[in-house]
Amino acid sequence: MSAHYQTRDFVRICLFAAFIAALGLLPKFDIPIAAGVPVTAQTLGVMLAGIVLGPRNAVLAVLLFVFIVALGMPLLAGGRGGLGVFFGPTGGFLLGWIPGAWIAGLTMQKLPLANMFAKTLTAAIVGGIIIVYAAGIPWLAFVAGLKLQSAAYAVLAFVPGDILKAVIAASIASALPRDQMPDRSHAG
Amino acid sequence: MIGGHLYPRTWLHAVPAGFKLLALLAAATFFLAQSDWWMFALAIAAVLCAYALLGRQALKRLTHLRPLFPLLAIIYLLQWYLEGHNQAAVSAGRLLLMILLADLVTMTTTVQEMLDAITPVLRPLERIGLDSRRLALAIALVIRFVPVLFDLWTRRREAWQARTARRISPMLIKIFVIDTFRMADHVAEALDARGFDARSVPPRKRN
Repeated sequence: MSAHYQTRDFVRICLFAAFIAALGLLPKFDIPIAAGVPVTAQTLGVMLAGIVLGPRNAVLAVLLFVFIVALGMPLLAGGRGGLGVFFGPTGGFLLGWIPGAWIAGLTMQKLPLANMFAKTLTAAIVGGIIIVYAAGIPWLAFVAGLKLQSAAYAVLAFVPGDILKAVIAASIASALPRDQMPDRSHAG
Repeated sequence: MIGGHLYPRTWLHAVPAGFKLLALLAAATFFLAQSDWWMFALAIAAVLCAYALLGRQALKRLTHLRPLFPLLAIIYLLQWYLEGHNQAAVSAGRLLLMILLADLVTMTTTVQEMLDAITPVLRPLERIGLDSRRLALAIALVIRFVPVLFDLWTRRREAWQARTARRISPMLIKIFVIDTFRMADHVAEALDARGFDARSVPPRKRN
């Protein structure tokens, strides 16, 4: 890999972290369901990161984003940020974004599906929902002293919004021009 | 949860960030083991007093916690139904207390102080390729490009709205992704042109 591609990967990681942050600023995209908790487009950004950046760059982009949030920058939707987020009920979901982006990227790489929409949708659901909830529910159970099952019930209301976001992520990613998919552009 | 740093500086700003982080960790460990609701009520009252001592600005930040309450209420009701009042109050109280405490640390510590405090903790990661100078550049790039990208999005949205009466389509986000990649390519070229070599940054003497 030439030096230029390394620089490009580095900058793509940084700018995609900024992209996820920018999605948190979009007011129009707040879908006010789930008991007043604003469902935001940021999970969409995490799903897209996994799909379009490839597993390694995606995990680094999301890790960078979560790290900057932990440092205290209010980059989460609604201007939230700081350490309190991680002690809150949804902290595990935020942490789950990190392996979620990686798994979404791996799914994109390994899944032998010709249909682009089916492939990206699977990646978004596996990485952006299953993995994220697999981290978020035990975390909530832990910080709140809940039983796993109770924690699962408490976040049930978020699932429809996340499925909608996976569909949107898949429709976006499968419509991207081929040369924007990083694995192909590197091969050139 | 609140995010953002409190200004002007207060007495709690003077406490070293590393100390505040350790205290937070100790509090988290301690309160994880508590199971009496009144402990949490007392602790929350004490933390609220600390907010009051920091001044009106700090108290005003408490209103930012409002979006949290529906989920706290769900957890409380669920626990009340399944485990009874004490357990419900402990669950909701622990969450609220730890969020308040952690926000207290974030509010009184700048991003730079926080980064400086955890850099020693990150040092072992240098062995697997983490470079603290590259990390600092990455953080600066992200913070710089959030408003730039948001501005790009706003212009795309305005162009869309000027041309159609329809709702914003997800395809606008597709264009936003392409914009982001295009901008990343420009920035990468600019960095290369200024002699930035992603491979050559890491080398630094270590044993």
